[in-house]
Parts: sequence; structure tokens; C-alpha cells
Amino acid sequence: MAIISQEEAKKILEKVLTFSKADEMSVSLSGGRTSNIRYALNSVSSGGEADNMSLLITAGIGKRMGSATVNEFNDKAIERTVRRAEEIARLAPENPEYMPMIGPQSYLETPMYADTTAKMDAEARAQVAFDSVDACEQKNLSAAGFLQDTTGFSAIANSKGLFGYNKATSVDFSVTVRTADSTGSGYVTRDFNDISKLKTRAVTGIAMQKALASTNARTLEPGKYTVILEPTAMGTLLQSMMSGMDARLADEGRSFLSRKGGGTRLGEKLIDERITIYSDPMNPEAPSEPFASEGRNRTGSFLGGGVVGDGRPQEKLTWFENGVVKNMSYSRFWASQKGVKAVPPPTGFIMAGGNQSLADLIKSTDKGILVTRLWYVRMVDPKTLLQTGLTRDGTFYIENGQIKFPVKNFRFNESAIIVLNNVEALGAPMRVNGNLIPPVKARDFTFTSLSDAI
Amino acid sequence: MNRRDFTQTLGLGAAGLLLPKMPALARTITAEELLEPGLDIPVKKRLADAALNAATAKGATYADVRIGRYLNQYVMTRENRVQNIINTESFGVGVRVIANGCWGFAAIGDTQSEEDVARTAEKAVLFAKAHARLIKKPVQLAPQKGFGEVSWKTKVDKHSFEVPVKEKVDLLLTANGIALQNGANFVNNTLFMINEQKYFASTDGSYIDQDVHRIWPNFTVTAVDKASGLMATRDSLSAPMGRSYDYLQTAPADRLTGVTTRYNQGYDMLEDAEAAAKQARLKLKAKSVEAGKYDLVLDPSHTYLTIHESVGHATELDRVLGYEANLAGTSFATIDKWQSKKFNYGSNVVNFFADKTQPGSLGDVGWDDEGVKTKRWDLIKDGILVNYQAIRDQVHMLGEAESQGCCYADSWSTVQFQRMANVSLAPGKERLTVDEMIRDVKKGIYIIGDGSYSIDQQRYNFQFGGQLFYEIKDGQIVGMLRDVAYQSNTQEFWNSCVKVCDERDYRMGGTFFDGKGQPAQINSVSHGSSTARFNGVNVLNTGRKI
Repeated sequence: MAIISQEEAKKILEKVLTFSKADEMSVSLSGGRTSNIRYALNSVSSGGEADNMSLLITAGIGKRMGSATVNEFNDKAIERTVRRAEEIARLAPENPEYMPMIGPQSYLETPMYADTTAKMDAEARAQVAFDSVDACEQKNLSAAGFLQDTTGFSAIANSKGLFGYNKATSVDFSVTVRTADSTGSGYVTRDFNDISKLKTRAVTGIAMQKALASTNARTLEPGKYTVILEPTAMGTLLQSMMSGMDARLADEGRSFLSRKGGGTRLGEKLIDERITIYSDPMNPEAPSEPFASEGRNRTGSFLGGGVVGDGRPQEKLTWFENGVVKNMSYSRFWASQKGVKAVPPPTGFIMAGGNQSLADLIKSTDKGILVTRLWYVRMVDPKTLLQTGLTRDGTFYIENGQIKFPVKNFRFNESAIIVLNNVEALGAPMRVNGNLIPPVKARDFTFTSLSDAI
Repeated sequence: MNRRDFTQTLGLGAAGLLLPKMPALARTITAEELLEPGLDIPVKKRLADAALNAATAKGATYADVRIGRYLNQYVMTRENRVQNIINTESFGVGVRVIANGCWGFAAIGDTQSEEDVARTAEKAVLFAKAHARLIKKPVQLAPQKGFGEVSWKTKVDKHSFEVPVKEKVDLLLTANGIALQNGANFVNNTLFMINEQKYFASTDGSYIDQDVHRIWPNFTVTAVDKASGLMATRDSLSAPMGRSYDYLQTAPADRLTGVTTRYNQGYDMLEDAEAAAKQARLKLKAKSVEAGKYDLVLDPSHTYLTIHESVGHATELDRVLGYEANLAGTSFATIDKWQSKKFNYGSNVVNFFADKTQPGSLGDVGWDDEGVKTKRWDLIKDGILVNYQAIRDQVHMLGEAESQGCCYADSWSTVQFQRMANVSLAPGKERLTVDEMIRDVKKGIYIIGDGSYSIDQQRYNFQFGGQLFYEIKDGQIVGMLRDVAYQSNTQEFWNSCVKVCDERDYRMGGTFFDGKGQPAQINSVSHGSSTARFNGVNVLNTGRKI
């Protein structure tokens, strides 16, 4: 599906607003396509494509709000949908937390779009699958992988003069490589905005090497160990923390950012002073959306339903600086109650690291465990951020600066806050799931049981 | 994936706040429009034929088409206010084909044009042909007779969408008020209602029209003690059901009294809200568990999730074979274990069956999403692994000629594949009540409701929490515990199952958010059981200080 240009989008959105009889109206237009290829046992198992475009119209009448959606763009259809949004608003219960829409904003032009990705077709996807499978077949290994690419745009406007436009592409690739006898397994994942950055054979090679190196895993007793968490594993552990920066929950006493006795831990040192985490929509390696959205669903934000969120601009912002909580996110309602700036939650985050490579981190470790990937990580206690989950697809014992042997997978019960207090060293960050994350070496990571899973 | 993953996807995970994801490609509509009829059957048949003809003309050897209209209503409240009321409709057409021995799929939204649908079918063939050079063996599809023009619908006594929104809002806000009066600091209370209108047609000669309803009332009550910094939550003891609004009407038989009231075919939200608030406050003062071995007595509102993770997923044939290796994982329940006919998955009181026909269950439909009539079959019999869950392109690997009928796609825009049927633990054959079961336990914990959950990618090692934990000493419940989670290994755990209560205690739990596949799809599935006892399970204490 062709992407609608900024000028065309603006014309459609302005047209919609001319029909409004509501106190205020916002409108968003989004569309695009998402395509994928999936393979397992060295053979393609499915592949397909879906595309859509839709216009979401939200009417505000007093403290009531109503939304309606349409995917036809003639005047009659648009006017009918505007009337429907207004009708839904009139019927809706009053929302005591309703906030008037915001006026014009200036948005960053984030580098999220690559023409190379937009031009991908079924043949190009088949080639990625082939490169990955072929490399594995040559070594008698079995590949199961997935490639998804999206190309889309979103535009927002409201009756107070706000207008924003963004177009973006994304590529997500992952592959699990298993030995023929299923005694070894390795994994790798990469995501980019630009498909030309994906070096399929080289990346698949990382998973192949882990699969071959992880056979005949030995048993280590569960307990507290120094660990090196590769960026993929660290990113999984950080996800809940970074999606839990909401000030209201903390004020209500139900977050790891709640202060004993009431209030939040804003300004307190919570983690090691070497830890700084910020968001930056303009980061060339991991750019993110220029306007606020409630969740991080890159695919979803393009495909219908319109842009979620209230149009607040995203800007560079520090969440943790040298271990101190510097910012928390606020809904506009909660910010108005507290008399503070309504900082939107981040759509991507960057954890600052060091210059050391993963190999350097291993070399400086007397005794420890290298963790490739964490799996099925779930919150056990949101107040302490205690999470449980397992290691997967390549877990190795390190002694005297060298990987000695693969070990059986562990279940862990650990809090990201405790890990970030026990940091020994940080490596160079890399992109994982739209974020930049370093490999992290931390002491006293709690493994509570063993798993036979490979 | 379960409901909390959903909240994590939305970036609300830490909060435990329950907000549903907007279904893909859905449009917002009025509550009244939820009741408008969809396309007439002759129109759907014409569209379906256009797709099937276009696919075969381009060289497809098999094609199926799904014309789906997915209607959802969410009513979301917190404390004394409505957060949102969302009515959505998602309509479109998905075409799946086999060409050159390879699957291909394409979908298109919001169209009633035969040309659009034909073009989509052609695109599916194009994908199949482009990918065919990368297959090892051509798809081998189990034969399926056509059923002609047939239909099926969920039994509906009180249609959810016919109940005025105001009545739903009043119910939720009344429940929230009761919880606040009884000691809750916060309440998030949501009602999900779903109607899937699905029309399936295939080159086998089936034209199947189905009308599927589901409902899930769901709240979380939170109690906070700011002075101590402690927080406790208690989720509703409701279950998502393959029912309509009638689930919210209770008959006396639906209420199981005991240490707390549990529910069967009908749910009393107001009564449960009061209990939840009182119990959340009690949890703040409950004794922190001493880690060690305990005999566990597990209520069906809890066990469903352990069954889901350790039996439901482990017996999916696509996982066993390696098709899900990159994300969901594989399975320890390998083919050789099944072939041996003596793999002790559990003790001899453990019997699991899969089914897509149990009335009121989430999996209950007449035909699956590839036109196979649904049924019931055994997975584990007297503790021995006897079968898997498999669909048309897999059953030949089990030496069978007929699919088990558990193929599903969560939208017209996603491709159908093997999804979990309802997998349930059969009730014990001997008469046994929960009180009688507890009377024999010396050192144990009685767990009600589902909590945190995690299992490895081959389904060996798991950890589960819960909502309510009662300490059992010498056959008596002596008080509440907190910070409880148990860890075990699937085979060890089901072999430690020594007793299962009889059918009088049989109830279903379930989830709307069983996750699998890439791109990820959800599936609604129920799991029934009676209260069951497991001996000597490892319990850990999850309390931490940060």
C-alpha cells in the first residue's frame, strides 16, 4: 500500500475537522502494510501480508468523549463518521479526568523510515529465509526463524491547530538454531528500520555457533552467581521497569517507585551510580516515535485504530541519571493534579554503557555465567519488581576469563532493581527491540532451580 | 501468554492494570451497531466463491476463505468512574491457499467486492509460489469431506450486546463501591464481551457459518498500607466463558461455599467484590510463607493455568515437531515418549482430555477454522501420554487420517494454525469433597485463583503463584499466607498428584490470551478440573526488599 504524503494527510485531516460541531475534535490517519515469512525445520511454514488504512475521529463534548473510525475518504463518509463520533460522545458518561486537547506542537523528524524496507517484496523475504536456512543446512543444523517488515505512516491533527506526521519502516528478524539431535540450541535477534543493515548469514552464524557450543550442557547447582547478561537478556529484564515509570501508580503506593510513607522516589538514588537510562527519539541507531503513544506496538500503530495517545511530543529525556530517578511519566490529568509537567512515557529507551565488548566482559570474569536470552519472564511482585523466568538458547560457565562449558538452563527469581545495584561492568550498547542496551555484568544473580529444557 | 502479558505489551505490566489491546484493524462503532446483522449468507457465499475460484484459476490445489466479523465491547472502570467504553468491529477476508505444495496467505479488510477478494486470493497464490522453493516437502493435507451449507452458534440466553451499557456500568460501579466500602484502596473492573461471526468456505465444498460468544468479567482489588509500604491485590474469581451475559446470573448450584466462595456456571460479581476487598486487607497482614516442601491442594480457579502451561502447550504437535522453536519453543513430550505407550506423564489418577465441544467453554465451536467438525479425545489416560493436538497438515505424522479439529486464527487478517483445544483434567472416579481432601493433609497450602506464572520453552520447569493461600496444618485451615510460589517439573508434579475430587467439584477456568505464533496470535481456551492434591511440592518465599 502506498504511503500517504504529509501534504495529502494534512489535507484529509483538515477536511475532517471542517465538519466538526463538537467542542473539540482530534483526528488521526494511519496506514501501511505488514508482511512476514516464517520458517522452521529448514523449511518455510507460512508467509503473508495484511494492509489497511483508517481514520480515527474523536469528538470532545464537555467532559465526554466519543470516537469513530472510517476507511473511506469521500466527504459523505467522513461527515457521517464525524457525526457518529459526536453521537457516541453525547451518549458517553462524563469522564472526571477529561483533559482538553492540546494546541500546536513541534515534533522531531525522527529517522525511522528507509526506502529499502518499504520496497521489500515476497522474493526479498524468501531470500532472507534462504540465506538463514542455507547456512544452517551446510552444518547439519535446523533453523526456525521469522522475518517481519512493516511500512507505515501516521498523522494527527486537532481542532486546536495541532498537526503531526511520521512515516516509519521496521524490520524484525530472529532465528533459533538447533542441532540435529536437539541437544544444542542458539538464538539471535536483530531489529532495524533499514533492511540493508540485516546481514542474515552473519547474524544466523551467531545462533549457529551458540547451538554447537551448547551441546552436552553440565549441571551447576542453583544459587547466587555473577552473570553476564547479553543485551537481549538485559532488555527483557528492563522492559517492566521502563514501562513502570508512571508517577500515579507510585503516588498510589503500588509501584517500585512508591516511597514508604507516601509519595514517590523521584530524586532518590535507586540503582548503581554507573547507570543512566534515557530516551531519545532522534537516536540514529534506535529512533522512536515523535508523538506520545500509550504503548509500544510498532506494528499496531500503523495498522488501523489510529494513533493511540494525546499528541504530546516526545523529546530527549533522562529517566535515571547516575542511579538517581530523574523523571517519571505523568498522564495529563495526573500532572495537572500534581502541578508538574506532563511527561509522556518513553516509546524507546537507551541504557548508557561502556566501551567494552562482550569478550572483554568475559575476559575480566573469574567465575560467572553467560546468559544469552531470558524467557517467559513474568512479574512476581510489582512493588519490588521481582520477576521470574528462565535462561534459554545458550547458557555458559565462565572461569578465569574463559567460557569453560555450557550449563543447563536455570530458573531465576530476581529484581531488575537488585541487578542494577549489583553491577560490576557495562559493555557497549546494541539495539534490541527498538532500544539500546549494553551487556551487563552483575554479581549475586539469584538462580532458584534447574530446567532440563534445551 | 496470558492476560498479564497483554498488559505488559501495553506498557502497563507493572501496574497490573487491565486494559485490552485494541484488536488489530478494528474500527470503533456505537453499541447499537454491535447488534446490526452482518452480511447476508448469500453475499458471503458469493465473496467466498470469488476467492476460491480465483485461487484455483491461478493454480492453487487447495483454498479456503474466512470472512470474519469480530465484535468486541469493553467496559472499563476504576473506583467510582468509567475509564472507557469501547465498541469495535473488525471485518475482512483472509484467503489461504496451497500452490506448488506450499502455503500462502493474504487478507484484506473492509471489502464486499468480489474483485478485491479475488485479487487477495491471487496474492496468496503469489506468496505460496514465491516461497515454494524453500520447502522440503509439499504440504500433506488430511482429507476432509465438505459439509455443504451448515451453521452453528453459542447457546445464548441473554445476549451481551442487548444489555444496555448503563446496566453494565451500574453493575461494575456498584461492585467497585462495595469493594471500596470493604477496605479496598483501588479497584480496576472491566467487562469484556466478544462475538465472532465467522464464515468459512473451502474447495472441499464446505460453507460454514458460525456465531461465537464469549464474556469475561474481571477485576483487581488493591489494598495499600502506605506506612509499611506493603501492597496486596486480589483478582476476581470469575472465569472467561464461552457464554453471553447470562454468566452474570447465578443459580444456587453455581456457588461453592467454603473458606471463600467460588463459582461455577454463574458468577456473582457483587459478592466476590466484597470478599476480594476483605481478603486483600487480610493479605497485608498474612504470615509470610516459610519456604519448603508442602502438600498442595489446588482449586480449579488456579489449576487451569498450570494445566494450560504444562499439559496444554506441551501436547501441541507443532511444538513437539519444532515448528514453534523460535518463540514458544518445543516440548519435552516427544514422539518417542508417545510411541512407547508407557510414558508416565502423571500418576494413574491423572486423565486429561482435549475437546472443542464442552458447552460454555471458550473453545466450544461446531467446526474449526479449516472446516473440521470438532470433537473430544484423550491426551493422557491413567497417567500415560496417548495423543497430541494436531490439525490437517499434521495428523499424517501421527499415522492418522483425520484432523482433531483444533485449527484457529484470531482474526480474518491472520493465518489459521494449530491452537490449543480445551484441555481438562477429568474428575476423580471416587467420591471425594474438598473438605475430605483437606482433612488428610498434615502440612499443606490450599491455593485459590491464578497469580504469576512462568514455564520453560520445553515445558519442564514451572513456577506459579496464586490469589489466596491458606495454610493447612493437621487437616485444618489455620490462616492465610503471603509471598507463596511453587516450583516444579511437569512430569514430577503430575506424578505427585494423589487425589482428584469428584465431578461435583468440576469447574472451568480459562484465558482469552493464550499466545502462540509469529506474528503472535491469541486464542481463547478453557481448562476444567476438580480440586486436586499434589504431595511434597517445593514452595518458595517471594518476599524481597529493594
